[in-house]
Order: sequence, then structure tokens, then C-alpha cells
Amino acid sequence: MSVTGVPASRARPPGPSGPVEALRPYWRIFVAGVREQARYVAATLGGLLANTVFGLLKSALLLAAVASAGGSFGGYTAPQMATYVWLGQGLLGSVDLFGRSALAGRVKDGSVALDFLRPVDVQAAAVVSEVGRRVFALLPRGVPSVLIGAVFVGMAVPASPPVLLLGALSILLGITLSVATVYLVAVSGFWLVDTRGVQTFYMVVSGFLAGLFVPITLFPDWLLVLAWSTPFPAMLMFPIDVVSGRVGGWSAVGLVGAQLGWLTLVLVVGQVATRAGRRRLEVQGG
Amino acid sequence: MADTVLAGDLRAYRIVLGSRIRSQRAYRFGFRLDLVSSVLVGLVELAEVLVVYAGLSRGLGGLDVAAVVLVFALADLGFSLADMVVGHCDNLSTYIRAGTVDVFYLRPQPLLLQLVTSDISLRRLARVAVGLAALVAGVAVNDLILDARTVVVLVMAVVCSTLTFAAMFVWAAGAQFFLVSGAEATNAFVYGGRYAASQPASVWSRPLQAVFVFLFPMAFTAYLPTLLLLDLPGSGWVPGWLGWLSPVMTLWAWLMALLGWRFGVRHYQGGGG
Repeated sequence: MSVTGVPASRARPPGPSGPVEALRPYWRIFVAGVREQARYVAATLGGLLANTVFGLLKSALLLAAVASAGGSFGGYTAPQMATYVWLGQGLLGSVDLFGRSALAGRVKDGSVALDFLRPVDVQAAAVVSEVGRRVFALLPRGVPSVLIGAVFVGMAVPASPPVLLLGALSILLGITLSVATVYLVAVSGFWLVDTRGVQTFYMVVSGFLAGLFVPITLFPDWLLVLAWSTPFPAMLMFPIDVVSGRVGGWSAVGLVGAQLGWLTLVLVVGQVATRAGRRRLEVQGG
Repeated sequence: MADTVLAGDLRAYRIVLGSRIRSQRAYRFGFRLDLVSSVLVGLVELAEVLVVYAGLSRGLGGLDVAAVVLVFALADLGFSLADMVVGHCDNLSTYIRAGTVDVFYLRPQPLLLQLVTSDISLRRLARVAVGLAALVAGVAVNDLILDARTVVVLVMAVVCSTLTFAAMFVWAAGAQFFLVSGAEATNAFVYGGRYAASQPASVWSRPLQAVFVFLFPMAFTAYLPTLLLLDLPGSGWVPGWLGWLSPVMTLWAWLMALLGWRFGVRHYQGGGG
């Protein structure tokens, strides 16, 4: 009997049946999995290439600016500027300055209702799993970017272990703060449904105010005040300043404290918004 | 009779366009924010350039603040025009991965023309407006006198800039057939190229100049035309007169784009659906 029109003899390939035959599909799935992962390697290499090209262009411009300004530009010497550029490029794969998240889609199509049924806090689960992915991205994306910068351009590297430890904490806080803020973008969907506008707005504003393309110390005063009144500098600029040692001693501890303050605020707002959104959520269909 | 057929065609076209515009406005707040963001993208990119130059009394790479506004404007206008027409090519890698690109092959129209749809996006129009405003400002702050030579250079610059960026989109789309999920690799040159275009090529190292002046002719989209407009000398590998070769380099970019596209389309084996 052949429903699909394929003769029964061809539906199952000839050959010895038994354990080998039974394992074949799993072997195929395994190979497919390896190949899929290899695709991700290609994507990672692509991302690294993009990071490097942007980094080379950025450092060419900013190092020329340091030279034109007579050795110090916006409070950055040439090695500090190079560190700023390459640490920034390295953190770009981990600090979320794009604002996209799977959760936004789940809020739009209503499948977030399932997340509410699970015995875990929706906000905590979303933030923690995303932070996990992004901390891992430091390995394939962050470290190579920094190494490329160190080899081709040269960087100021902090020597003391306490500074490095504080820097690592600051990086982790920066990543978490960005993810927690992107979570706010996603939950705005409880009210707006379509969050693309908010996401684009986040992308445009966050990169600029976080100091992705130019250090925010170059901003005119009014713009600097504006930047400081948002969480964005705490995502990227603070970690870079702490790790590079440009801001040292108690000032560095102060920056990390400010990061903690912003993170607390953003998490509380997220929790409140999630609870309010849950009451608003309307899932259509059967 | 022919008239009414034509009128009917046009009416259908108008209805389709109208529906596209209405669909963009369905989520009102999101739509407004999207529009505001598109304008903001342009302003932020301009601010990134201005913030650097404002702190430098001696200028940078042979340009002063006024000159760099012109460089930014030419790059931005060219890019946003190209993005409006062929920016949809960016979606190709998603279609390829999902296997939906097969549908395009079945239709009796060239693949590339189908990608360049009538999907007029209001957001992208707003983006063009920013570039145009920047160009007017650039002409004004540099006290350019609009004589025949200036007008010729301006028109050449905008046309070549637009065509070159469009070629970059097409080249990148062709490469997607080989890279599949390597969109970021081509982004390095499409969006990296856009970033390079608003910089003075004189600050680059020789390898960067090789890539973004001669391989992907990004310096020809804005920096070199600006040297022509302001009669600036340039330096080393990028002398001021080089800008006159913009049309030649635009042809080069399109040669790469169409070859890449052709190989890509032939290489594609189908999604197996």
C-alpha cells in the first residue's frame, strides 16, 4: 500500500536491518547538527569581520583626531583611545544595543501566555537566559576583537588584578543592564502590540548615548547631561572606562555603583510593567 | 479602450500602494516612532561626525567642520536613496534560509526586479529627506557658488553615490547565495562602507585605502567629490583630481555587483521544498 505514490520497495532502502539501520537517522541528525553549528561559526566569523572593519575605520578616524588635537582628545590619549575603540567593538556582540528580542515576538503573537503559565518569573527567566547567551558571546566575539586591536593598533592594558576584577564586574553589569532595558522594549508590546518603532528608537538612541561611535566626553554639555540621565552610558562607556583604567580608584567604584543603581531601577520598572501587562494581555484564538 | 485599460492598471497600482501605506500606519504610535527614529538616525550619524570635528581647531584629514558636513550629506543622500530602491535586497538571506526564495524563481520576471518591489516605505522617504536637508546645509555653510562646474560635480556625486551604494546592496545579495547565514560578513562592507563613506579617506592606512577607495569605491561617493567641490588637494593615494573618475568607479562597482549576482543566482540549488 502506497499512499504517497512511492512504491513500497523504494520507501525503505535495501540493506541490512538491525541496530546499524536503526541508528542511521540519529547519525544523520547528528551530522546535520554539526553542520548547522558550522554555519554559526561562519556567522560568527562574519560578525568578527564586521567588528574588525568598523573598528579599523573608527580607530583610524579617532587616532587621527587625537594627533590633530595634540596628543589628548576628549580626555583620551592615543593608547586609551585605541582601548576605547577595541573594547567597544569587543563588547558590541554582548551588550545589547539593537533592542531585538524573541520575547517581543511572543508578546505580539500571544504565545507569551504560555510563559506566564510556567513556574518561573517571566522577567527573570527572559533576562537570565539572554545574559547567558551574551556572556558566552564574549568568547567568540569579544576576545578576538580585543586581540586584533591589540595586535594591529596597540592598546592601554590595565595591570593590576583588582582593576581587572572590577572591570569584569562592570562588563557583566553593563551586559545585564542592556538586556534588562531591552526587556522593557519587549513588554511595551503589551500596550503597543507592534514594538518595531520602539525597537528602532532604542537602537538609534542607545548606541549614540552609550558612546559606541564617539566617547561621550566629546559631547557638548547639554548632550552630556542628556546622556547621563539615561542608562545607556552605564551599558558600554562605564565598563570601558573601568577596564581601561581611564577612570581609576574610588571613581571607578562609583561608576560600578551607578551601574547597580540603574540596573535596580530598570529591573523594578520591568517587574511592574510585566505585572500590569499580564492583566492587559488579550490572547485571541482558540 | 486602451485609455481605460491604462487607467485601470494605474488605479490598481494606486490601490496597492495605498494599502501598503495604510498597513504601515496601522499601529499608529509605532509608526510615528518609526518615522521619528528614521529622521533621528540621520541626525545622530551627523552628530557623530560633528562632535569629533567640533573639538578640533585644525580640522581632520584636510577637512574642516563645514567641509565634513558636505561629505556626510553626499554619503547620506546617496545611501538613503539606494536603500529606498534596493535596500530590500537585505532580506534575501532570510528568504534563502527559509527556502521561500524558490517562489521568486517561479515567477516570469527577473529575480532582481522582483526584489526591488514597489514596497514604498515612508520611513525610507523620511531618511532621504534628512540627506537632502544635509546637502542643502552643506552647500550653504561652504558658501558654494552654484556655477556650471559645481552643479555638474554635485549631480555627478549624487548620481554616482546612489548607484555605487545600490551596487553594494546587489553585490551583498549575490554573495548571500554562497554565504547563506553570513549576512554580517557582507554588512562589513555595505554598512561598514556607509560608515567609511562619511570619513576623510586621507586618515586611512594603506590597506584600508585599498579596500574602501579602490575595491569598494566608497571614497568616490562623498569624500572625493567634496575635494572637487572645495578645490582641496587630497593626499597620497587619494589626490583631489581622482574624484573625476567617480563614473568609472561606479561602473566598476556595478560590474562586481552584476557578476556576483549572476554567479549567485546560478549557484542557488533550491530549498528542497
